[in-house]
Amino acid sequence: MNIKKLEARELSCIRDERVLFSDLNFTLKSGQILLIEGRNGAGKTSLLRILTGFRKPESGDLFWSDERIDNTQEFYQDTAYIGHNNGLKDTLTAEENLRYAQSLAITTLSIDNAMEQVGLNGYQETLVRFMSAGQRRRLALARLLCTHKPLWILDEPFTSLDRASIKLFEQFIETHANQGGLVIMTSHHDTSIPHTLLQKIHL
Amino acid sequence: MKTSSLFQAFSAVIKRDLVLAYRHRAELINPLAFFVMVITLFPLALGAEIALLKRIAPAIIWVAALLASLMSIENLFRADYDDGSLELMVMTPHSLSILVLAKVTAHWLLSSVPLLFIAPLMGLMLHMDSDVIGVLLLTLLLGMPVLSLIGGIAVALTLGLRKGGALMAVLVLPLYVPILIFASSAVDAAMSGFPVSGHLSMMCAILFLAITLTPLPTAAALKMSLS
Repeated sequence: MNIKKLEARELSCIRDERVLFSDLNFTLKSGQILLIEGRNGAGKTSLLRILTGFRKPESGDLFWSDERIDNTQEFYQDTAYIGHNNGLKDTLTAEENLRYAQSLAITTLSIDNAMEQVGLNGYQETLVRFMSAGQRRRLALARLLCTHKPLWILDEPFTSLDRASIKLFEQFIETHANQGGLVIMTSHHDTSIPHTLLQKIHL
Repeated sequence: MKTSSLFQAFSAVIKRDLVLAYRHRAELINPLAFFVMVITLFPLALGAEIALLKRIAPAIIWVAALLASLMSIENLFRADYDDGSLELMVMTPHSLSILVLAKVTAHWLLSSVPLLFIAPLMGLMLHMDSDVIGVLLLTLLLGMPVLSLIGGIAVALTLGLRKGGALMAVLVLPLYVPILIFASSAVDAAMSGFPVSGHLSMMCAILFLAITLTPLPTAAALKMSLS
């Protein structure tokens, strides 16, 4: 995988006439993980939504591999986002949900393989409606594994996961970084991800 | 590694929406039942005066079809917006307007195509002549996709509002008027034995204009609703 780089220059965000952050700079390269910390309402989700291009920053620019992100379609080829909602359809089965995600992106792992990795083997034919909150979260993360997306943007990826699953996902995130991927995440939990990979931003 | 082509993405969106609709069959029948009910109530209220029914039948069928389409389009993007799959759809390397077109096509397949099958029966019930029914069907075939396409813009614009339904109707009804006028004048011409090709070509032109242009503002409005 060639080296990718996400660079933010002097980002600022104002919401309801409150300055959430200003003059935010960071550079994230392949193999690095960015952890965004801050109390509730500090602007973590707003920052992520700016990084995904859903929201325009009040000022500042974003660069993906040294090119300003104007044409978001090229950027979206490389980017996966998991927000507060999992983006799963309740009345589709787990497999149908993943198949749909794959048909919009580049396929890497097979669906069965990805489901096995997140510990959902045997749930392929289950409607998402009948899955628990934690299982849905795991399914959303399986979507990351079965599509080729170097940059993962994760908003509270560990909500409703049990301790064993959190450990499992920290491993996935670490492996992804070690394979040259980039991860940006917000989290309330203390992570056990090695500090050599980790950058932190405190809002 | 396998890259997905635009066509693959387009058909995946349509297929997903068809499967979802199949799993919510009850909602699928709603607009259809509405269409049939409105039309069957008219002769009951007007009395069995054949000449009058024959005269106003095309208008009744068209207005009922228009309202049925308006009724079902409200939910075009709502579920996707609520469960986060809209974000997923925006974040693809493919052009969002093409995926929007896929969603609208699915809506058309689900809401308008069934009406096309029932409309001839409704026409017979209202004593329409068979050749006029043919023209009516043609106008529905050309006009209903335009209703879905234009409705898509209004739905996308009002997506961020909790109670956007009323605003949506106000936005969209004036834009529905031209298609209604051309369709009813085509059927009128057919009833009086005049050629209808002029009206139909005009509707064709509107249809192609709508297919090429409406997905762009719809896609832009969807992106706006996410910010």
